[in-house]
Amino acid sequence: MKHFSNRYIFIFSTVMVIAVAALLSLAATLLQPAQERNLEIEKKKNMLESIGVTATRDNTVELYSKYITASFVLNSKGEIVEGVDAFTVVLKNEQKKGLEEQYMPVFRAFPDDGEKLIILPVEGKGLWGPIYGYVSLRSDMNTIYGVNFDHKGETPGLGAEINTTEFESMFPGKKLFDNENFISIQVHKGGAEPSDMHGVDAISGGTITSKGLEKMLYDCLNKYNDYLLKNRI
Amino acid sequence: MSDHQREPMFSAKSLKFFTAPLADNNPITVQVLGICSALAVTVKLKPAIVMALSVTIVTAVSNLVISAMRKYIPDRIRIIVQLVVIATMVILVDQLLKAYMFDVSKQLSVFVGLIITNCILMGRLEAFAMANKPWPSFIDGLGNGAGYGLILIVVAFTRELFGSGTIYGYPIMEKIGAFRVGYENNGMIILPPMALILVGLIIWFHRSRNKSLIEKN
Repeated sequence: MKHFSNRYIFIFSTVMVIAVAALLSLAATLLQPAQERNLEIEKKKNMLESIGVTATRDNTVELYSKYITASFVLNSKGEIVEGVDAFTVVLKNEQKKGLEEQYMPVFRAFPDDGEKLIILPVEGKGLWGPIYGYVSLRSDMNTIYGVNFDHKGETPGLGAEINTTEFESMFPGKKLFDNENFISIQVHKGGAEPSDMHGVDAISGGTITSKGLEKMLYDCLNKYNDYLLKNRI
Repeated sequence: MSDHQREPMFSAKSLKFFTAPLADNNPITVQVLGICSALAVTVKLKPAIVMALSVTIVTAVSNLVISAMRKYIPDRIRIIVQLVVIATMVILVDQLLKAYMFDVSKQLSVFVGLIITNCILMGRLEAFAMANKPWPSFIDGLGNGAGYGLILIVVAFTRELFGSGTIYGYPIMEKIGAFRVGYENNGMIILPPMALILVGLIIWFHRSRNKSLIEKN
């Protein structure tokens, strides 16, 4: 093996690090617009799925403006805050603030069956990272119309199953409230009774993700409590 | 091999660099490398296939880059240099997937990043690319990626079929009516320990067919 001087090693590593840094920042800058557009489409697509509309990447923007026509932001007392665009609210950042300062986005959707829905975003922790989704409620502000969940990095085949139709299809028809009391939805290991209005099956092998999802639903939807009770029919 | 006499690109020798890792020198069943990711991504076929492709591309290109630089890499910091090359490649692949193949990147999520820690890559760079010319190194990278992918796909196929009753998402067991005659999916198969047992069974089968792989103490 050839001998290299210390000087050579220092110069070699410096040049290597600078070259790699330049290459990576160039790639990140060039690819950023495409990546951000993907994220926006993804968000709209997930919202559409929570009201039972299946969109492809190409027609997402069009379908979104057709079905999800209004949005507003609430504060923790359930009052509408003016001048904030609900779509740009990042739930993760809001959750770091105190409860009084949090913005809580609400989207209104009008699917083809004539139902008037509201879509509420939720975000929480799975096993490896964040999990998030959208819950759409019927106009009674109690019955779930549809849900869409997604995750950053849950284990494929186990926790990652929360974004499959099999899991999500257990939610429609379940109820958040028992009379005036907020119950949310629980996940049950070994399967929930079909008659249980507040329970769904947990995912085998994905217990921590399932429990995280349960906590996410409770924490996020509980904040809308006042608004939901005030506007229920 | 003399430097004056150029070898043809697809000689029997370079072909062997590709075929050896598929069977007799398979990275998973013989070198026993990359087991961790083989257990994690093999619950379903689709992530397994994309993972196999990503690892193949990253191994081949890193092998090529390291081999091209091998005479200029100081011996004392070679591991660091290898890691930098692998990490750069993986980040580039990850960024490109996020920009142009968003759905695939979501499927693979953390596992793209974890390619960096896949022992096969470091193993091939250290054992092969540092001592061989770029072209054979590239072929060796392709072969090892393919050998890894082959096992991944066999394990993922078995696990998806018996664990979830589907093949590449297609509900095969339901279509042939297996559930009506009392067949049930095996929940154990989708848990990681079962993947280890499956890999073990493959190693056993492999060795029973090829006695030269058995160590003589």
